[in-house]
Amino acid sequence: MAENMAENTTAVVLKAVNLQRHYPVRQGFMQPPATVRALNGVSFSLAAGETLAVVGESGCGKSTLARQLTLIETPTAGELWLDGHRVEPQRRPDAALRRSVQIVFQNPYGSLNPRKTIHQMLEEPLLLNTRQRRDERQRAIAAMLERVGLRPEHAGRYPHMFSGGQRQRIAIARALMLRPKVVVLDEPVSALDLSVRAQILNLLTELQQVLGLAYVFISHDLSVVRRIADRVLVMYFGRPVEYADSETIFTRPQHPYTEALFSATPVAEVGQRRERIHLQGEPPSPLNPPPGCPFQPRCALAETRCGQAVPELHPAGAGQVACILR
Amino acid sequence: MKLFDTGTLAVTWGYFRESRGGLVGLAFLGLVLFAVVFADVIAPFDPTLQHRDALLLPPVWNEAGRWPYLLGTDAVGRDLLSRLIFGARYSIFIGMVVVSIAVVAGTILGLLAGYFGGWFDTAIMRLMDVILAFPSLLLALGLVAVLGPGLLNAMYAIALVMLPHFVRLTRASVMGEKNRDYVVASRVAGAGNARLMFSTILPNCMAPLIVQATLSFSNAILDAAALGFLGMGAQPPLPEWGAMLAEAREFISRAWWVVTFPGLAILLTVLSINLVGDALRDALDPRMRRS
Repeated sequence: MAENMAENTTAVVLKAVNLQRHYPVRQGFMQPPATVRALNGVSFSLAAGETLAVVGESGCGKSTLARQLTLIETPTAGELWLDGHRVEPQRRPDAALRRSVQIVFQNPYGSLNPRKTIHQMLEEPLLLNTRQRRDERQRAIAAMLERVGLRPEHAGRYPHMFSGGQRQRIAIARALMLRPKVVVLDEPVSALDLSVRAQILNLLTELQQVLGLAYVFISHDLSVVRRIADRVLVMYFGRPVEYADSETIFTRPQHPYTEALFSATPVAEVGQRRERIHLQGEPPSPLNPPPGCPFQPRCALAETRCGQAVPELHPAGAGQVACILR
Repeated sequence: MKLFDTGTLAVTWGYFRESRGGLVGLAFLGLVLFAVVFADVIAPFDPTLQHRDALLLPPVWNEAGRWPYLLGTDAVGRDLLSRLIFGARYSIFIGMVVVSIAVVAGTILGLLAGYFGGWFDTAIMRLMDVILAFPSLLLALGLVAVLGPGLLNAMYAIALVMLPHFVRLTRASVMGEKNRDYVVASRVAGAGNARLMFSTILPNCMAPLIVQATLSFSNAILDAAALGFLGMGAQPPLPEWGAMLAEAREFISRAWWVVTFPGLAILLTVLSINLVGDALRDALDPRMRRS
């Protein structure tokens, strides 16, 4: 658990400072292209063995963040530090850096190549990044399959021969072949049955403890987030609106958006009812952002000053919040 | 301990065998290939030898037929069976060369266009549209007229005319596949563009290509025949099946065998190639295999 929000003394493996990613959007013939700020100033740091959960509704920039962190795209502006090395914006990251971060996708039916055997899939990262001999690779694959709860005999099979849970185990195994420091989990259990979900979460927790992995856990399932996360970053409209450790944010959410988000999760305790906050309207159009706080058009507490300036993340209570009312 | 790599060829053959149509097709193709290789030995006559005493003889089972002209003779007394056996050489050769050129070039162009997109894609696709805009035979005819008549030039022309189909097909599949998660996962694992294109994406785009290739095989034979008929392809007296068909056109009402047998040869060869292609596509797809 992260007791303090200050920079941890243990090795920080992933650090983002004011990370931004903009996409040009063509608006039709003879019109200048507009810019969509899909990711607009996200900062956090993550130490080995920690889990950061990123939550927010669809289109808030969670997956864009994942793409930046896994170096699939490079950020437009801001700093990204991986394992002590800076990722240069707008430049192709080098191979050594790539090895230290891997990704597990949401849908295990789309993330495994249907034409390759499990062995070929797990071997690919080793072939491309290491100089291991054939028998070394084979041993590594067998060991990894056992570690994620599959049998080495499974290596010769194709993905369609496995169930959803097993496929996700394979996807996790593939992500871990290169011994990454950081694993980005993009909704890793959302596509799975409830019973399998718990197994995969247990496996992830166990792997984190044994291998000292840092997780960036992207999710919209708050009950899962509560269970697995050390810290939570709530995003809205490409911006962080609240950043605090898990305990704090679940017991005392600060930002009105976080409150609304959390009020939407069902409560398990009998007799306890939480007041639902129903948000009106939709997130604003990225092509035409509202003045000031992007949440202000939907916010129940909005005042006139909310429309004057974009609130920055600032310390409030035990965490940080981007709301001028707090 | 051999957990994998149990001879990919043997495994594929195991699944191929399950398709009866594929086996029948393969058997007939085997027969044709046998004819191709041993034409000199098994053909009763020289395919261009004219028997002046045996013009337009019907097959032997017909009352007017006589030995040794098993399938009869054509208007200038050439033995039909011998011509068919030697013709297999040309027809198979035409089909293979044309389809190989079109598939290889078309797949590579389509892969590049679909994968990289942008102006490169636009340039290639517009070029393909230009080729598609012409009636295919007319374009082939024009090309041969420029290159000079002959079987080889006709083959190049037909391959070029077929190219856009393969480019379009490949491009569409590639565009569907390239943003799938498994491709991104491969990229995160460190795969470069070439590996992503040829090793990750291409195998997942093969199914429609195999079908299109087998269909094109027949088209290639027929187009070559059409060009031959117009005097732009195989030059007489080459016993090419399509050319034989074209030559025999005027006898269709009084000597059915002269038209029927070359037509049947084309039909059966094309059919068996399609059957083999179908079976091959299924056998090569791991998803069709039992666990």
